Amino acid sequence: MADTAVVEKNQGIQFGKKERKLLTDPLNDNNPITVQVLGICSALAVTTGMKNATVMAVAVVFVCLFANVITSALRKAIPKQVRMIVQLVIIATLVTVVELVLKAYAFESYKQLSVFIGLIITNCIVMGRLEAFAMANKPYESALDGLGNGIGYGIILLMVAAIREFFGKGEFYGYKIIGPSPEYAINTLESSLFGWYQGNNLMVLFPSAMFVIAVLIWAHRAWNPKLVDVS
Amino acid sequence: MGELANIFIKSAFIENLALSYFLGMCSYLAVSKTVKTAVGLGLAVIFVLAITMPINWVINTWLLGENGIFGTDLTFLRFILFIAVIASMVQLVEMVVEKYSPSLYNSLGIFLPLITVNCAILGGSLFMVSKEYNFAEAVSFGLGGGFGWFLAIVAIAAIREKIKYSAVPPALRGLGMAFLLTGLMGMAFMGLMGIDPAAY
Repeated sequence: MADTAVVEKNQGIQFGKKERKLLTDPLNDNNPITVQVLGICSALAVTTGMKNATVMAVAVVFVCLFANVITSALRKAIPKQVRMIVQLVIIATLVTVVELVLKAYAFESYKQLSVFIGLIITNCIVMGRLEAFAMANKPYESALDGLGNGIGYGIILLMVAAIREFFGKGEFYGYKIIGPSPEYAINTLESSLFGWYQGNNLMVLFPSAMFVIAVLIWAHRAWNPKLVDVS
Repeated sequence: MGELANIFIKSAFIENLALSYFLGMCSYLAVSKTVKTAVGLGLAVIFVLAITMPINWVINTWLLGENGIFGTDLTFLRFILFIAVIASMVQLVEMVVEKYSPSLYNSLGIFLPLITVNCAILGGSLFMVSKEYNFAEAVSFGLGGGFGWFLAIVAIAAIREKIKYSAVPPALRGLGMAFLLTGLMGMAFMGLMGIDPAAY
């Protein structure tokens, strides 16, 4: 044990098996949305289109990464009784930065996401990682953990958004693919092959996000049986 | 008075925080395994929403607004102040309840700290700002929103208690099923959308 500590000290920042596990675990075995069930609110609300989902995913990766690093750096200075408030203030500050940046450079997205940017503060992933990981680990490992969880969240967000946008509006990332007018790449009014296609409006509405995530969880657990809920 | 009742009905049923906006889903899914705990968390949410909504209204209007005591637009501080108010209110409520009603504290106890990170609370305050309610309307919105959330979590807990005995595919058991059920409940609540209580 003492030897490894010395080795770690000498090598400084490194990227070995343990570090890789920190980064890849949240992508599969410990995915924030499908396994830990954290951060559902925003996953449901912003996934009507890829554009909003991308903005949201990037914002969460940013907040998760920096909140983890800052909290981890301050972990010895934060009194235990008020740690929740301190953590929330750190997160809220980062979210305010995100909000102001979006307001300045991506006003369209800012308008569409509205209150859900603010709700990154109460996104349980960020808070959960601070409590569970950053308060007990060094900044470098916390950074990897934050990055991994942010990306694990973002992947699910983009998957849900891709499904909902394509089946709901026949679009992908705003490009019109299939639909009943000449602007679409496949015009269902003229094409005899895709004449039957009709966009499903339910996919644009909130409840469909629930169904899509439920199916994703189902698929994930069927593929990775050790995650099955035994209770 | 009728106006306030409208807002109450609207926020409780038509724009239900849990089933129309899907806010507070983390604790909604985590604590809805039995009806008893769901009732406890639901009551705590009503309580905290009803307290924080007026306080945040006062902060937003008199402290941060352009006509507030500082005379400048400080709304960029909104997130930090709102979450600080929520966190400290939850702490305060916890201490008061512990002192004056130990039995209520024992039943609510563990749920109170959870509420700080319940998006329904912060989301409610942010919706209140974006809808530009006045003070009385904000109070009514807080009570209605809390009541709607309470109804939603108790309903899903009751369904989940029953569904435990059904033959659900193993991979879908628990969490997956809870998601499907919430989606179906959300669809049912969508049937209320577009109703205007003011018209009756």
